[in-house]
Amino acid sequence: MDKHFARSEMLPPLPPPLTERGVVKWLRENLFSTPFNIALTLFGILVLWWLVSTSLPWWLNSVWVADSLGQCRDIVAANAGEGATGACWASIHVWWGAFIFGFYPPEEWWRPILAFGLLFAALAPVLFAGQKRNLTLLLGVVAAFLLVTLWLAGTPTLAFLLAVALIAGLVGLAQVAPGRLLWFTLVYPALCFWLLWGGSIWSPLVAMAGFAVLYAVFRAASPLIGLSPAAGAGFVAAVLWWLYLDAPVAAALQSVLPLAIEAINSDQFGGFLLATVIGVTGISFSLPIGILLALGRQSDMLIVKTLSVGFIEFVRGVPLITLLFTASLLLQYFLPPGTNFDIILRVIILVTFFAAAYLAEVIRGGLAALPRGQYEAADALGLDYWRAQRLIILPQALKISIPAIVSTFIGLFKDTTLVSFVGLMDPLRGVTTILRADINWKGIYWEPYIFVGFIFFLICFGMSRYSMYLEKKLKTDHR
Amino acid sequence: MAMATDVPKDGFRLSMLVYDTRYRSYTIQIVVLVLFALAVAWLLNNTVQNLEARGKEFNFGFLWQRAGYDIGQQLIPYSNDDTHFRALLVGLLNTLVVAFFGCIFATVLGVIIGVLRLSKNWLVGRLMTVYVEAFRNVPLLLWILLSYVILSETTPNPKDFRLTDEMAAAGEAPAASMMFWDSVAVTNRGTNIPSPLFERGLGSVDLGLFTVNLTLLAVIAVIAGSVWFNRRLLSGARARQESTGDRPVTWWKSLLILFAPITLLLLAMGFHLEVPTLQGFNFKGGILVAHSFTALLIALTLYTAAFIAEIVRAGIQAISRGQSEAAFALGLRPGRTMNLVILPQALRVIIPPLISQYLNLTKNTSLGIAVSYLDLRGTLGGITLNQTGRELECMLLMMLIYLSISLSISAVMNMYNNSVQLKAR
Repeated sequence: MDKHFARSEMLPPLPPPLTERGVVKWLRENLFSTPFNIALTLFGILVLWWLVSTSLPWWLNSVWVADSLGQCRDIVAANAGEGATGACWASIHVWWGAFIFGFYPPEEWWRPILAFGLLFAALAPVLFAGQKRNLTLLLGVVAAFLLVTLWLAGTPTLAFLLAVALIAGLVGLAQVAPGRLLWFTLVYPALCFWLLWGGSIWSPLVAMAGFAVLYAVFRAASPLIGLSPAAGAGFVAAVLWWLYLDAPVAAALQSVLPLAIEAINSDQFGGFLLATVIGVTGISFSLPIGILLALGRQSDMLIVKTLSVGFIEFVRGVPLITLLFTASLLLQYFLPPGTNFDIILRVIILVTFFAAAYLAEVIRGGLAALPRGQYEAADALGLDYWRAQRLIILPQALKISIPAIVSTFIGLFKDTTLVSFVGLMDPLRGVTTILRADINWKGIYWEPYIFVGFIFFLICFGMSRYSMYLEKKLKTDHR
Repeated sequence: MAMATDVPKDGFRLSMLVYDTRYRSYTIQIVVLVLFALAVAWLLNNTVQNLEARGKEFNFGFLWQRAGYDIGQQLIPYSNDDTHFRALLVGLLNTLVVAFFGCIFATVLGVIIGVLRLSKNWLVGRLMTVYVEAFRNVPLLLWILLSYVILSETTPNPKDFRLTDEMAAAGEAPAASMMFWDSVAVTNRGTNIPSPLFERGLGSVDLGLFTVNLTLLAVIAVIAGSVWFNRRLLSGARARQESTGDRPVTWWKSLLILFAPITLLLLAMGFHLEVPTLQGFNFKGGILVAHSFTALLIALTLYTAAFIAEIVRAGIQAISRGQSEAAFALGLRPGRTMNLVILPQALRVIIPPLISQYLNLTKNTSLGIAVSYLDLRGTLGGITLNQTGRELECMLLMMLIYLSISLSISAVMNMYNNSVQLKAR
């Protein structure tokens, strides 16, 4: 008799013990692994419970339609019993227009809406260069947004039809030749300025013509005197155009063919419209200036370097508020007597310089992080300075500094709230102060701040997520 | 084989100023310098013209005129009869005191949050992420305004603290009560905290510009002396440990050196706390801390802590895993691994961005204007500017002061940074 025993097949593995699988394992590992961890978890639960138990009824009892805070409280008391708390979003509902547009006349609201929608159309070819699918998607969303909001805002029929034609043209262009969309991006600043401030269409067009003059002189002169002198000549010609010919030509054209929409004064701007105008302009102009400053700081030329360092350190050393007060109080001393230009423009210039100084430091970090070999390789290939920067150095340096650049942009956008200190009506302090001074809404504070804070959060958080996407997309090394 | 060593020998041509790399940088620099000089001359010329047109002159004599306005929070004695310059000093001290406490609190809170965000605890990690994202993505101004509004509109009136005879008879408690064993009262007028008093203080010496409080000086001197002696004790113990291998027991000596002298000094000077008490319609005694200060401090702390938390987290994550694995392989416990291996290396990554956060916090104190906190911007750049109408002088002086604060903070912190940086070969 065979006394040997051999298993002819493997037993199936037993399931892991109850404490080592599923939810229980996850709980044990992530929440209750050590006594200290258990204490932390209990503390976290306590905090959460406190947050939820104090604020949940307030959120649940929200009132959306009411005329005053007293009425709101009556509605809450009627719905949830005496002593219950409830949010009064009706205040936001009533002051909605001021939060978004400030004192911009309601019958002209379609103009900032159109400018805002077209902003994304102008940004699309920059944000999603060469990605036809994303481009079309974004333009489609813009088109849908514009059609609905323009309709709701009561746009005049002619303007509505023109806007539809423009959007349709852009969407079509994106299908046929996506690269050409960049032309729209170049024209957009003038268009946006005209839509927002109104007035004669000729002044932005003639101002843009200055760039055409620059280009024409450059093209005409470069075969004769070479590239750099031709660029200088073009620049001088453009400056002369802006200084002497701009205003008379615009006036003449306006008298021949009067094409104008109602002019809106800067003090009527406010709310998120103002924050967006300052933020977007500041962001788009501070990046090139910041790059130039960073290159200047890295330069071998002593004078250029000294000037860049002086500018950067000075701007970074003082608070933005003092610069804004400079814009509102001191600029009148530094400019020729009698000059008086727009306060929003002054603020934009100072905010741009402020952000540019911070960007310069960020980009300098990126430049310094590049291995020395990259510079030497560029030299070895015989590239001149600007080619080396454009083709080899900057693409890598900017890629390294994307997260810091975007967080500077986020800082700039948050700092647009400070313009309330020079008398502009920003959404945070300007509009909220007016709302809280309104006799109907006296004593309200959580709702306006939560609303404004939430919108800022959405925009800034969106920007930081986009920077993460960009970082991942541009990641080319395989470490 | 062709050699590319031949420098063109033909004579100098004007176009070489633009095309020859040997001369081009000089051309560019001279053009830049000329343009810069022209711009400065243009600005100066405009300024002179504008000043003339307004009948103003550029001088700082107004600083010695009577200020004529009151400042709520004053660290050095000040009355509205004092000069604008003294108002400036009071404002500057107010700026510095918020910045000082803000930096300390923000660092403590930021380090705690940054470390907790890295903890293996899922719930706490998520909570801290929410905190960081919420505070980083919302303007600081909102936090300042919100804390101020909450402090001044939801806190009770001083009369709510009163216990009337009827309430006592009915066995009811007053509507509001003081915190921390009846020593701190938060009312809608401010926070009343106890003030330190000395029965037998050393008095103070007037040095003309400001007075020196000898009592405070003595306390600081004794604490500094104790710390110095303690460090000597510890370094002596370390030397002994390194030469003989066993470490003498120091903890009780340390405690004695650190706490005995200061306790004796305080007892000798008759130290006690004056607790604020309700008298009539308001609290008397103690120190009244204005809500503008508290709100600014809270907002700056919470906001900057979010940034510091991210810096700390990034710094700790920047240390490669190999370092902690090597420390574990050596048999170090997690606590000592953190103290001896991770933190010293992480600090080198953390400190430079931390410095710029301190600078940001200091500059952000100027947002105190939103809650009427009279800091440097509120006094020199606010009321003084409006009263004297000297925008140019006030703004330039204010920028200069902020600039020197920033530069000196970064100089001090850079010195510290250099002392902890890895000494590169």
